[in-house]
Amino acid sequence: MAAPSIDALGQFSLTTGFGQFGRALHFTNSNEAMLAAAVIITGVFALGLQARALVPGRMQSLVELLYEFVRNMCVDTIGEEGLRFFPLVFTIFSFILLGNLIGLIPYFFAFTSHIAVTLALALFVFVFSTGVGFYTHGFRFFKFFVPSGVPGWLLPLLVPIEIISYLSRPVSLSVRLFANMTAGHVMWEVFAGFMLLLTASFGVLGVFAAIVPLGLNVALAALELLVAGLQAYVFAILTCLYLHDAVHMH
Amino acid sequence: MSEGPDKKAFEQRLQAAEDAAQGSARESEAKQASSARRAIELAMRLGVEMVAAMVIAVVVGWGLDKLFHTSPWLMIVMVPVGMAAGIRNLLRAAGKNE
Repeated sequence: MAAPSIDALGQFSLTTGFGQFGRALHFTNSNEAMLAAAVIITGVFALGLQARALVPGRMQSLVELLYEFVRNMCVDTIGEEGLRFFPLVFTIFSFILLGNLIGLIPYFFAFTSHIAVTLALALFVFVFSTGVGFYTHGFRFFKFFVPSGVPGWLLPLLVPIEIISYLSRPVSLSVRLFANMTAGHVMWEVFAGFMLLLTASFGVLGVFAAIVPLGLNVALAALELLVAGLQAYVFAILTCLYLHDAVHMH
Repeated sequence: MSEGPDKKAFEQRLQAAEDAAQGSARESEAKQASSARRAIELAMRLGVEMVAAMVIAVVVGWGLDKLFHTSPWLMIVMVPVGMAAGIRNLLRAAGKNE
């Protein structure tokens, strides 16, 4: 029997979804997962909001919980003006959260584990918040790069530092999400492959030894669930933080 | 259903329940939970924050070098600037969460 090998990165490769039809349109499995995330979040809201009871049922509580969570995040971080950006922040939060959660299910694709997707999201947030800054403050927004209360001769040194710090935002935003999701999935694959290797090489003894990586994978599943929620939260709260900077300039 | 004395009684009971829910024990518990969440959130952010500034600084320096044909001097100049920006990012991220 040929020993199975560990292919940790194969799970991230793109294939086409929706059969013949998808192949013609270059509709990938990543797009499939994105569509699923959008459909699920819209469906949950449509279902949960149908009752509109004073004392909410399960579905409605879930929807209200999500709504209030993001709303509080907006108001606490950006301020009262933050409600203007609530739809954007909510869309980003729910899309990433659902993407992370869908990716945890076996045979489903985690689209947040591709830097192309996370960088596109982060660049959108970056360009949007910069646009908001220039829209609200005009050219005075450039003063954002000039720290206050600093002697003039230090400015040639400090302004480049501030600009680099500002430009690094989309990079840190996208790499954090992408790295966390990829690392988790690779660890899963490696431990699962280790189980196959053990059973293939040591027979019955190997089957018993494989219980150890199986236990690790179960523990990892719990951790990944936490990371999935936390990374969506961090992405959303950083979006709020950048919008706060754009609106208030400090 | 929502008019008259019934509604008043309901409001009173709601107020009483809210007062009871805001006891001192629950408040400190909630505060602890939120500070733990902030700590995890911060830990998730800091690592990447520094590296990102460095990467951007080197890329900008390399690009300017290509533009002005001064390779590799601007990139070398940008490296300490990128380090400083990374530290600036760290300080900003830590300060926001105090």
